[in-house]
Amino acid sequence: MSILVNKDTKVIVQGFTGKEGTFHAEQCLAYGTKIVGGVTPNKGGQEHLGKPVFNTVKEAVKSTGATVSMIFVPPAFVGDAVMEAAEAGIELAVIITEGAPVKDMQAAKAHATKHGMKTIGPNCPGIITAEECKIGIMPGMIFKKGNIGLISKSGTLTYEGANQVCNEGFGISTAVGIGGDPIIGLSYNQILPMFEADPETEAIVMIGEIGGDLEIQAAQLIKNEITKPVVAFIAGQTAPKGKTMGHAGAIVSGSAGTAAEKMAALEAAGVKVVVSPAEIGRAVAEVLAK
Amino acid sequence: MNIHEYQAKQIFAKYNIPIPKGIMVESVKAAVEAAEVLGGPVWVVKAQIHAGGRGLGGGVKLAKSLNEVESLANEILGMTLVTHQTTHEGKLVQKLYIEDGADIQDELYLSVVLDRKSEMPLIMASTEGGMDIETVAENTPEKIITIAVDPAIGFQGFHGRELAFGLGITDKIEQKNIIKFAEKLFRLYMDNDAEMIEINPLVKTGNGVFLALDGKMGFDNSALGRQPEIAAMRDLTEEDADEVEAAKYGLSYVALDGEIGCMVNGAGLAMGTMDTINYMGGTPANFLDVGGSANAETVAKGFEIILKNPKVKAIFVNIFGGIVRCDRIANGIIEATKLTDVNVPVIVRLDGTNAPEAAEILKNANIQNLIVGNDLGDGAAKAVAAAKGN
Repeated sequence: MSILVNKDTKVIVQGFTGKEGTFHAEQCLAYGTKIVGGVTPNKGGQEHLGKPVFNTVKEAVKSTGATVSMIFVPPAFVGDAVMEAAEAGIELAVIITEGAPVKDMQAAKAHATKHGMKTIGPNCPGIITAEECKIGIMPGMIFKKGNIGLISKSGTLTYEGANQVCNEGFGISTAVGIGGDPIIGLSYNQILPMFEADPETEAIVMIGEIGGDLEIQAAQLIKNEITKPVVAFIAGQTAPKGKTMGHAGAIVSGSAGTAAEKMAALEAAGVKVVVSPAEIGRAVAEVLAK
Repeated sequence: MNIHEYQAKQIFAKYNIPIPKGIMVESVKAAVEAAEVLGGPVWVVKAQIHAGGRGLGGGVKLAKSLNEVESLANEILGMTLVTHQTTHEGKLVQKLYIEDGADIQDELYLSVVLDRKSEMPLIMASTEGGMDIETVAENTPEKIITIAVDPAIGFQGFHGRELAFGLGITDKIEQKNIIKFAEKLFRLYMDNDAEMIEINPLVKTGNGVFLALDGKMGFDNSALGRQPEIAAMRDLTEEDADEVEAAKYGLSYVALDGEIGCMVNGAGLAMGTMDTINYMGGTPANFLDVGGSANAETVAKGFEIILKNPKVKAIFVNIFGGIVRCDRIANGIIEATKLTDVNVPVIVRLDGTNAPEAAEILKNANIQNLIVGNDLGDGAAKAVAAAKGN
């Protein structure tokens, strides 16, 4: 078991033949991901990385039976690509591209929801079920199979967290990088219950950051619905107010969305909150020893 | 990206959103000429900087004669304005906006922002105009009304009625005026990929017309490529010179007050590194995200920018290579030591893709002042110790 994706998941790549799409699709294939084809308009009928290329997502789905799409198209085309996937019957779109306009994502997510398609990202590392299926850009080798579920807004903190968990002798069931943009797909409150229901997951690492209030909402949900131990880190305790720190989402405006506020809410919900990401691995060992 | 009030008002005018007449000037002489053109009898002399709270800081003043316009322009132009939204060093005033005085009967507040919860643009309004909206939200939240508008249907009549009734506007002509105003504002927000538009105050004049007396606008940086007219309004003098320079190389840099320079890949890990340094008793000198395509040149540039800050006593390079390959970073560090005089200890922690190759490269390079950090905690501890001279 795992959540959302596994060794049988059939994946297509939108933006398959581009530089990024090619490089990462190749890495995913090497990891064992069942990539069954890709989409690049006007390249339909060709073969790329030994897989068929289609002009439209609809054709790709019809011909391959894919249920998940990994999206690498340039930022200006992300909204279009997500909506196309939704109408073609894709069940989950993993959007890796960084820098998609917020207005486009707003419309695309609303359309995806209407068609019952889940989304992850944009501007995220993707999702990986350890040693089964990698859909994204994370370095696969650090994700050893195990029983810790990981969910993070930040890409590199996902790697840092997973690495520490594995160095402590544990492993990862599934890790999801949800991204930190103003509009994102699946978030803590949809993914935490999936980990709760997954028999393979014994504990959860949750990594958040300043800005917005998704972590506060998550604290509420954890209090009411999550029985498995949760370790959390919130990045940006030392970030100055009113400054954007790289991510569009990492903005502290006024009193809302500070790290202190989020840490307090999570602690009150019974979460083991660490003040430095260097403590994530040890904290997991601690909560599992209890 | 933010723009000036005078630019926001140019955009308002394009959408037929009522504004007082005004002219942007860059000299005292031009200020007096502008006042003559506008005609008076009262004018407002307004400092143009990218920050709120200009009035309280002494950057917005009323003039009742051309002489007064001249003396106020003299006073405000070239002053360093400190407000609650600037740093304590303040911002130099290089532009003024000379505006017709308005007949103010009532002051309201109106804004459009993205609501992350409903994932829709939100119209926010209040009868408490002219005040800091955060204070209103804290003390009298019931005086703020919010209306989420689904872009799929756009601004409808019912949104307008909710707004007018919510603001207690009973006069039918005034209702029509405010509804039209908000409808145009929403269209402006959508058309231009705005992130935030705030009008505070929005004033009602004696004859029931609503005027945008102020205007703050921010835009989605990711959409500037398709908004050339907006992108052209960027004022680089309002931005931190080092941040602008860093951005040219794909680096995201923010200066802070501490002693340990940081170079990290990814915004989350960069913030996490700063938090760890802080936790171990040190102080971060900056946030610096080298991004996903770091190479020797960008890393060397990163060192150069970090070392411009004389407070820096040590540099912590913390890279977890996913897309970024550690061997490239290692070469960047070597390159940087050739291009820039790195005269402080550099603590390097490289993990992830090609980390063993990177370790080999650094070892063979034999660089003075270079300390290897084994993991995040170890690297941060060594950086804190090095900054303290240990």
